[in-house]
Amino acid sequence: MQALTNRAKPVDRRPMTFMEKLYVPAIAKGMGITLKHLFQRKATVSFPEKKRDFSPVFRGLHVLNRDEEGRERCTACGLCAVACPAEAITMEAAERKTGEENLYREEKYAARYEINMLRCIFCGFCEEACPKDAIYMSETFAPSNYQRKGFIYGKDDLLIPDPKTGK
Amino acid sequence: MTLLSIDWFFIIEKILLISAVLVLSLVVAMYSTWGERKVAAWIQDRLGPNRAGPMGLLQPLADGGKLFFKEEIIPTNSNPFLFILGPSIAMVVACMTSAVIPWGDTLTIAGRTISLQVADVNIGILFIFGVVSMGVYGIMVGGWASNNKYSLLASVRAASQIISYELPMGLALIALLMLTGTLSLKEIVEQQRHDLWNVVYQPLGFFIFLICAFAECNRTPFDLPEAENELNGGYHLEYSSMKLGFFLFAEYINMFISSALMATMYFGGYAFPYMDSLGLSPNMISLLGFAALFIKTLLFIFFFMWVRWTIPRFRYDQLMRLGWKVLIPLALANMLITGGVVLLRQH
Ligand code: SF4
Ligand code: SF4
Repeated sequence: MQALTNRAKPVDRRPMTFMEKLYVPAIAKGMGITLKHLFQRKATVSFPEKKRDFSPVFRGLHVLNRDEEGRERCTACGLCAVACPAEAITMEAAERKTGEENLYREEKYAARYEINMLRCIFCGFCEEACPKDAIYMSETFAPSNYQRKGFIYGKDDLLIPDPKTGK
Repeated sequence: MTLLSIDWFFIIEKILLISAVLVLSLVVAMYSTWGERKVAAWIQDRLGPNRAGPMGLLQPLADGGKLFFKEEIIPTNSNPFLFILGPSIAMVVACMTSAVIPWGDTLTIAGRTISLQVADVNIGILFIFGVVSMGVYGIMVGGWASNNKYSLLASVRAASQIISYELPMGLALIALLMLTGTLSLKEIVEQQRHDLWNVVYQPLGFFIFLICAFAECNRTPFDLPEAENELNGGYHLEYSSMKLGFFLFAEYINMFISSALMATMYFGGYAFPYMDSLGLSPNMISLLGFAALFIKTLLFIFFFMWVRWTIPRFRYDQLMRLGWKVLIPLALANMLITGGVVLLRQH
């Protein structure tokens, strides 16, 4: 029969030789291999004490950015929600009132902005889609939680502290 | 002190010794579970349990505590009496074997000579044989009483496996008996003390005995009665809480005892090289001898684990073929050759 790919290997169907039938040499060889592994470096990283370094392009938890004056950059355009393949982002837009110029940079802002971290696949498309440089992926990941609703991160979880007031 | 013509010191001494041996086997069994998990982890390039106490040393306690607090379930369609009897037999039988193993030579305390062997019965090996084959009743009764097809299959497997492997084991031992001329374990050790270890004279016999010991303890590669991935845990499928714990525990005690047995019969027991030319006091030598036996036993336990994490389980027909077509003829040949040599040497 013609092989479909050139990677196919014929199965060795020769009858076993006496040494192979004895099994003992093969078992001894296997035991040698496991014995070697007994002393090899372990692959485990003891997590809470030691942390594995992330790659420089690691995509972790999102943060919502502010500008130099501490105003929220997000304008609730919804492009991130559209780009999101996991449909993890929900938002509600609101209009900036007079006197709120020190809070929001654009005339329209996100009154509610939620990311469901259980849905999110940390692809980073939201970060790429944002025209206002408002959403970034940080270098941490979502800590564990006892409830599902604890994984829905609202604005207070996502917004970075104000650079001026520090809050 | 003799009262009512009973030597009370003798009784106290034996009770103490029995308790010590029991505690020893239980503690070793307990820490074998820890050792097993560590060895498994190391072989698989992991670290193993290391959170409960330093190096995870409190892990067995945590496991035991967990087992105690688990819900006790007795299936409705099971036979409750037999269901409880199963693990009890397994546990009792596992603990009984340690009685005839000589854990060391004699100690002399305040003029009394205390033998570090609970009972030096002159049929030690036969006793062990009898008791070990009772062990299968625990599995059989437990599996039968569970009223579950997997458990039943497991108990049938266990019964036929143990019968099949008891034969070559017995035959291998007969060769050893012909060589030593005694059934008493103490005497077997004493002979090895002044001579070479028996494994030098009986390498094949030892090898057969080793394989059969694996089968008798239901250890991988012969763990067909348990077989997680085909029988769902086999005979202890329906068991929960400490009854399950007893089954698992009995397996580890069995492993400890058979390791001690192999060390005693083939590797000199409490005898170690140059023990009589060190010039130490007899008590000291006895204690060192006990340490030697203990180390040998631990090495065997390690071997059991090492094999478990290396070799996959046999198929049932392979198991039977190995037992009946390979081990029994080999053991018979070994027996005949040994017999011939013993006869030749007598003339
Ligand atoms: S990282 Fe991807 S999945 Fe997560 S919120 Fe952004 S676009 Fe959606
Ligand atoms: S985070 Fe960026 S993309 Fe998303 S709504 Fe705000 S401004 Fe638009």
